[in-house]
Amino acid sequence: MSAAPVSTLPSTSASGEPAELAHKCLYYMTLMREVEDRIERKLYRQGKIVGGVYVGRGQEAIPVGTALLAEPDDVLLPSHRDMAVMFIRGMPLGRVFAQYMGRADGPTRGREGNMHMGDLKLNLVSIISALAATVPVAAGVALAMRYLGKPGVAFSYFGDGATSRGDWHEGVNFATVQKLPVLFICNNNQYAYSTPLSAQMACANVADRGPAYSMPAEIVDGNDVLAVHAATRRALEQVRAGGGPYLLECKTFRMTGHSAHDAAHYVPKELFEEWERMDPIARLRSKMLANGWADEAGLERVRAGILREIDEAVEWADRSPYPDPATLLDDVYEQS
Amino acid sequence: MPTTYLEAIREGLWEEMERDPNVFLLGEDIGVYGGAFKVTAGFIEHFGERRVVDTPISEGAIVGAAIGASFLGLRPVAEMQFADFISCGFDQIVNFAAKCRYRWGAAVPMVIRAPSGGGIHGGPFHSQNPEMWFVRVPGLKVVAPATAYDAKGLIKSAVRDNDPVLFFEHKGLYRRIREELPGEEYTVPIGKAKVVREGRDLTIVAYGAMVWTALEAAEKLAEEGVQAEVVDLRTLLPLDRETVIESVRKTSKVLLVHEDTRTGGMAGELAASITESVFEYLDGPVVRVTAPDTPVPYSPPLEEAFLPNVEKVLEKARWLRRY
Ligand SMILES: Cc1ncc(C[n+]2csc(CCOP(=O)(O)OP(=O)(O)O)c2C)c(N)n1
Repeated sequence: MSAAPVSTLPSTSASGEPAELAHKCLYYMTLMREVEDRIERKLYRQGKIVGGVYVGRGQEAIPVGTALLAEPDDVLLPSHRDMAVMFIRGMPLGRVFAQYMGRADGPTRGREGNMHMGDLKLNLVSIISALAATVPVAAGVALAMRYLGKPGVAFSYFGDGATSRGDWHEGVNFATVQKLPVLFICNNNQYAYSTPLSAQMACANVADRGPAYSMPAEIVDGNDVLAVHAATRRALEQVRAGGGPYLLECKTFRMTGHSAHDAAHYVPKELFEEWERMDPIARLRSKMLANGWADEAGLERVRAGILREIDEAVEWADRSPYPDPATLLDDVYEQS
Repeated sequence: MPTTYLEAIREGLWEEMERDPNVFLLGEDIGVYGGAFKVTAGFIEHFGERRVVDTPISEGAIVGAAIGASFLGLRPVAEMQFADFISCGFDQIVNFAAKCRYRWGAAVPMVIRAPSGGGIHGGPFHSQNPEMWFVRVPGLKVVAPATAYDAKGLIKSAVRDNDPVLFFEHKGLYRRIREELPGEEYTVPIGKAKVVREGRDLTIVAYGAMVWTALEAAEKLAEEGVQAEVVDLRTLLPLDRETVIESVRKTSKVLLVHEDTRTGGMAGELAASITESVFEYLDGPVVRVTAPDTPVPYSPPLEEAFLPNVEKVLEKARWLRRY
């Protein structure tokens, strides 16, 4: 296998902590947006990606604001709308495109598609398609951390709909009873496929589920990356200090259909318009410009750099071969 | 106008809901959205929210609630968004629904519809054929139609059945298969296989999407002067061994085909039944064409290698023919 391209952070010229953080956040949010746009609006339509495509457009602040606070020992279990988590943990861009295109150089070597990927070397656990199935797994990861005397927190990501599953409740209950170091991160985008929140749960907020488990729970504006980041920092302080699990509910909106083949006619148009005005990337950009943390030309250069990175990564991925059918039977078990 | 496999299921459900006010639907995104595959599109508008229930993402609750509702005389038809997620309702199905009648005399007239099967590049979690997880569970009935005619007739029988029926509908057939269906009402009995092509040289047994693969292979074999008989199982539990055995008695050679993985698959059970009852009629080994024992891979070349197809059936059929 040839070496995969590595995505790199641009160095920021701005000084001071908040400005630096803002630049980092903007970089990863833009990267996620542009990568998913390339996948959904170009590669998928060109037929280079077969099967389902799910993106996190409009929700980028959540994976970015949380995962930027992950330490190397932390283990992240992203959901299907958390692409940026992959990049922040060091998954190379080219390999992600190769994954979507079913190529041999993707992290699952063509066995899996879309966001269903992981890499334990990067402390990234692959999605289990059955929603919330990774919630008890996160509890197990945290249990092992404590057992082995390792520092570290399990970041457990899921959507609002996933909290209806028994697995969610079993995993959260186990984690809270055991006071395990788990940060539960809900992207409440208000729809689960076509099902609005009101048909999903009787309570108004996912955070309302916290008290039932004696678990601290906090609601944060999921379209404000700096707010998500600050809330995550507070939550992690408690979790790392041995306070047990913490639930962070990030309110946001799914700015697409459930998947590339869903036009989302069931979502009132006004809701899309309302949330479009709260786009997390546009909001951060305005803030950076207003605070003098950046200028238009500088931000455009960063975006142009990202587009170049993507072009190169797609080219690299497109050169990656399809998996050899002769490998079909490999790795069902450990190879002796 | 020919009817698709998908429309046939829809029509069957629609007719049963018109016929019996106690038939109702529940599942994720089946109402307002009309279901992930649009099988129930238009149902909520016609039958209302009382009879078309959009549920939270809770397969355990969907199956459990269907069982509970059936105790009071309702006839629930539950939809799994993908058959793969039936695992999340497994306990309710295998430990409760399947055993109610035997344990305490309670009938569970429930249907669970489960879109299954590969060939759509869905990867390991959206392509499985989980029928054999359930065929091993006495008390359940398991149905897997191949044609639009049978899909309609069997869903109607499933709704009327007084035992829990798992209805595996193949996603790959939804819009691929079109047939003229009778104008008048009909049902297809659960537990009866069907000879869908007559022949004297060789029997091919299949179910679900593989019936079409078997038929296509049989066409090619005919060009080579080999008359293959094709048996469509239609129901996997209770299994119609007699129709299979009858055919083998006639042809003396048998090829068993399924899209499901090999070990513990339906072909193994059939092979045992055939050798037990008509061993002396056999002129060759009982041969299987199945998917290998791996998860269903995503990438097209891998999935192609995984799935049985006409070429693979032909290769084994020719070999068996020469045997
Ligand atoms: C157990 C299970 N049932 C059904 C599905 C099909 N499905 C995939 S995503 C989805 C909606 C998920 O909603 P939510 O958890 O809110 O996450 P979102 O997609 O909104 O980010 C459904 C029903 C599934 N993956 N797993």
